[in-house]
Amino acid sequence: MALDKATVAKIATLARIKLPPSEQEHLAGELSTILTWIEQLGEVDTAGVEPMSSVAAMELPMRNDEVTDGGCREKILANAPDSAGGFFTVPKVVE
Amino acid sequence: MSALTQLTIAEARAGLRGRQFSARELAEAHIAAVAAARPLNAFLAETPERALAMADAADQRLQRGEARAMEGIPLAIKDLFCTEGVLTTAGSRILDGFKPPYESTVTAKLWAAGAVMLGKANMDEFAMGSSNVTCAHGAVENPWRRRGDNRPLVPGGSSGGSAAAVAARAAIAATGTDTGGSIRQPASFCGIVGMKPTYGRCSRWGIVAFASSLDQAGPMTRSVRDAAIMLGAMAGHDPKDSTSAPVPVPDFEAALTGDIRGLKIGVPHEYRLDGMPAEIEALWQRGIDWVKAAGAEPVEISLPMTKYALPAYYIIAPAEASSNLARYDGVRFGLRVPGGSLDEMYENTRAAGFGAEVRRRVLIGTYVLSAGYYDAYYLKAQQVRTLVARDFGAAFQRCDVLLTPTAPSAAFAIGEKQDDPIAMYLNDVFTVPVNLAGLPGISVPAGLAADGLPLGLQVIGRAFDEATVLRVAEIIETAAGFTAKPAFLAGGG
Repeated sequence: MALDKATVAKIATLARIKLPPSEQEHLAGELSTILTWIEQLGEVDTAGVEPMSSVAAMELPMRNDEVTDGGCREKILANAPDSAGGFFTVPKVVE
Repeated sequence: MSALTQLTIAEARAGLRGRQFSARELAEAHIAAVAAARPLNAFLAETPERALAMADAADQRLQRGEARAMEGIPLAIKDLFCTEGVLTTAGSRILDGFKPPYESTVTAKLWAAGAVMLGKANMDEFAMGSSNVTCAHGAVENPWRRRGDNRPLVPGGSSGGSAAAVAARAAIAATGTDTGGSIRQPASFCGIVGMKPTYGRCSRWGIVAFASSLDQAGPMTRSVRDAAIMLGAMAGHDPKDSTSAPVPVPDFEAALTGDIRGLKIGVPHEYRLDGMPAEIEALWQRGIDWVKAAGAEPVEISLPMTKYALPAYYIIAPAEASSNLARYDGVRFGLRVPGGSLDEMYENTRAAGFGAEVRRRVLIGTYVLSAGYYDAYYLKAQQVRTLVARDFGAAFQRCDVLLTPTAPSAAFAIGEKQDDPIAMYLNDVFTVPVNLAGLPGISVPAGLAADGLPLGLQVIGRAFDEATVLRVAEIIETAAGFTAKPAFLAGGG
């Protein structure tokens, strides 16, 4: 499928990556080439084939619902670009 | 000291236990080699002080006769593994300055086995690449050169810094991770051994996630025996990774019996690609002859879905990546680029923090998962993945392991294949199906191309049968007698 600039701009917004308009055309071309190549999967008859959800032939393990970790706020905040009063900070979201 | 940097893990183990040299001497020789390897750009961080402290602790254990499996062995650690208090960037600007407050399970196991950390190895950004050209901190150079041609070559990827460091004798061995070939292809390009274990064999906890259903950690070494020793130290069930398999870890080294009589070795005819270099075909045939001479029986088998594995991978891996990489938002760690609103901060941060290949894959992944396209792309790819796994299941009814080339070419020059993402993706045509099916695979250096570059052969096995894979790999290693060394040797010749 050929992607147009508007679609590229839309998926960039969904992915939260700022994309200058000057790059949209180039990326539309690149992504279209990749998607066209991917579409050869259409040749494969997959009717009735179960999609693989896990390659590990095992059931997800269960454990008791109890606290096994925590009490490490300082460590968690240590890598934050900005924090205050024991919290991560972000730009104001409520006017 | 250069003799110490030539040793394999098995040789160093014997030398340390026999008091021929100390862990400190071994560490010092490798610290010097890591510094001498700087022209390769194989390391993002060097940790000489930590290496010496760990070596001193190893010497104490050795003196007490309490040496563990990897006691005193100096390793390079791919920058995808979180290492407590040591810069971990996954080769990306978006993790600038990130010092994890915890240690990955695999590296914790290696330290608990006595290994010594030399530093963090460079890699393709977020492990997305086959060339180490997508590193945010500059390309890694392959220590090999084509005969009569001094152009720098790629080490392969994504574990390219690891492969270059081991090939150049800057580290005895290294950790790698393999999502579509990222251990095996650079091992082939750099003339070393690289093993991707069965999915679930090694814990993924603390490894920066790329595509969680495909990622698997493994050893990169200079011998098959070393791969067996190191895998034993890395593997094992971990409750912190729900996909880590609760199965016992066998003694992999004990599996190296040198006896493969009666084994059936599958040769997939779909791997005979049009346009594959004749010397790779010839090397593959030599490999078939070697296992036959050792008493195994080659059988022609078919993997009809081979052609579709790569396009399926390029839906599944970017889809998982777009989800995994959503966490890089400038709030909790790494880079933050301010913006007028929260969304603008996210967008500015991710635009500045992600390189071109990562951005490309996140966008593809976002697209194939977006409303209206999910069934046509992602679901279809997951169905094809089932068929790829069935192909292998049918093949293993008729044979014990598969023997294939590792990659369709030798190392290429830095800059080649840059303008064509699909040409770059084709590097992984023989390795990707193994990840889709979750199987173990190993690349063993088996010969040199006409231009003097190393070429690897791949052995693929049944799930959790690394033992047989290693056993066959050692036969190929012995028959090949690969002793060639790269042009650049940081640890001396």
